[in-house]
Amino acid sequence: MKKKVRIIPGFGLSMGVTLTLLGLIVLIPLASLIVFTAKMSFSDIIEVITRPRVVASFRVSLLTALIASLVNAVMGVVLAWVLVRYDFPLKRLLDGMIELPFALPTAVAGISLTSLYADSGFMGKLFGKFGIKVAYTRFGIIIALIFIGIPFVVRAVQPVLEKLDPLYEEAAGILGASRTKIFWKIILPELRPAIFTGFGLAFGRCLGEYGSVVFIAGNQPFETEITPLIIMSELQEYDYSSATAIALVMLAAAFLILFLVNLIQIHNSKILKGGH
Amino acid sequence: MAAEAKAAPVLAREGSTDIHEQTKGSKSVKWLLIALSVLFLFVMLVLPLITVVSEAFKKGFSSYTEAISADDTQSAVWLTLEATVIAVIINTVFGLFAAWAVTKFRFKGKKLLVTLIDLPVTVSPIIAGLIYVLTFGRQSAIYPFLEAHDLRVVYAVPGIILATVFVTFPFISREVLPVLEAQGTDEEEAAAMMGAKGLTIFRKITLPHIKWALLYGIVLCAARAMGEFGAVSVLSGHLRGQTVTLPLQVEILFGDNKYVPAFAVSSILVVLAVILLILRSIVEYIGKRKGQR
Repeated sequence: MKKKVRIIPGFGLSMGVTLTLLGLIVLIPLASLIVFTAKMSFSDIIEVITRPRVVASFRVSLLTALIASLVNAVMGVVLAWVLVRYDFPLKRLLDGMIELPFALPTAVAGISLTSLYADSGFMGKLFGKFGIKVAYTRFGIIIALIFIGIPFVVRAVQPVLEKLDPLYEEAAGILGASRTKIFWKIILPELRPAIFTGFGLAFGRCLGEYGSVVFIAGNQPFETEITPLIIMSELQEYDYSSATAIALVMLAAAFLILFLVNLIQIHNSKILKGGH
Repeated sequence: MAAEAKAAPVLAREGSTDIHEQTKGSKSVKWLLIALSVLFLFVMLVLPLITVVSEAFKKGFSSYTEAISADDTQSAVWLTLEATVIAVIINTVFGLFAAWAVTKFRFKGKKLLVTLIDLPVTVSPIIAGLIYVLTFGRQSAIYPFLEAHDLRVVYAVPGIILATVFVTFPFISREVLPVLEAQGTDEEEAAAMMGAKGLTIFRKITLPHIKWALLYGIVLCAARAMGEFGAVSVLSGHLRGQTVTLPLQVEILFGDNKYVPAFAVSSILVVLAVILLILRSIVEYIGKRKGQR
């Protein structure tokens, strides 16, 4: 057998450091989750995850994450469009602000949104005039999740929009298509994979989000209790089996979303690389 | 005369064959979309920031400084700095070695390795906390060993640091990897054949290429590390003055209905976040100009 010759030095060292740290920080802790799960019986897991309160939390988490991500999908396209296609004063400031939800600690966002949307807060009063309560309702959870998910769709759509060849739009324009028709028939199909990617990433992040939601949600069982919060309260009661069982469902959902996003991204990178 | 002046531009537009003008769409749509974007970002991003500042100073400057200089807050600042600095150091070391291993060599299982590195960001922070509790907590197989050596991880500082490292694990490798990938291996191979040692190759050839991507990753890592809440919350135990980071201190104060101190502590994090955001923009700007991002 021929031994492969590696010209560049440092393979052993860099692989060693990589695998050691990966093992210590990620793999061993994850393995302990699997070991702990193996000790539980299947019927116990099913019993935990079909408790009415747990099922209700799945529904609240899915529903609020879905609505928030849909809002972000629409606003993300609008924001990306405005940032790529238009010139206006303070555009760079607007562009830089998009990342704020990544940089601002979620707990700070949480308490700030809570006081803003509470009955005595500025936005709370505004909605109160129409008889809508925001803080301590599902609407409040959605607001917090919209905040968290803003950057995802914008940052996914922006590079695709930048690389989009204006030639096709011009051709359609010459042939007499209206602006609306050009957008729906030519631009949107090109952006669709990027929108789905951003939507999927935002949705995944929203499902697992804890910090910004706990303050504004009010945490009423069956009404405004999200799944990560149930795991948290099981942990505080030292009920590790229940916490693990519920966590498994969340992990499965997260991996499924990641898998779908990866499928779309493969398609997406073909467009990005083949664009010009 | 006024009518003539008005009519002229319309005629000019109708007669114009400038396609670019046409594809840009109408001015009213442009300003409508810009107004919508500005309104959305103002309500969702700017108002919360204004709220933090206005609530923090609601009872005057003296209660603000009092809240900032409280002993619990000061120890939270130090613990947050400690966790952030350690997370940045560990993840920088990891990120550089991992990016080097993945981009400079061919081996089996490369895709799997990259997927595993990215795993921590897809896991909910609460689950990140949970897996460390299961690894180092009372029911773990290694707990007797930790007990015998008087090592505490759960409800102690090491747990907080580990959780912070976990949630920011891929932040630096993720930025450096694509740059190294695009650069290829030719230059390093040439240097190696001329007899340069590994460290020399890295310092003289690789590092100048990835400098800005590395800095960018460090900024993102620091921003996320200082603000981590969920995972740290699970592992902290909330021992005041000992295992409380700044975000946890915010939670404790808010839970005690101490709103002015809660927002005062928040304002420290807001200032740090804005500084990191500005740094991010600067690094991205320079990096793009040098073709590294």
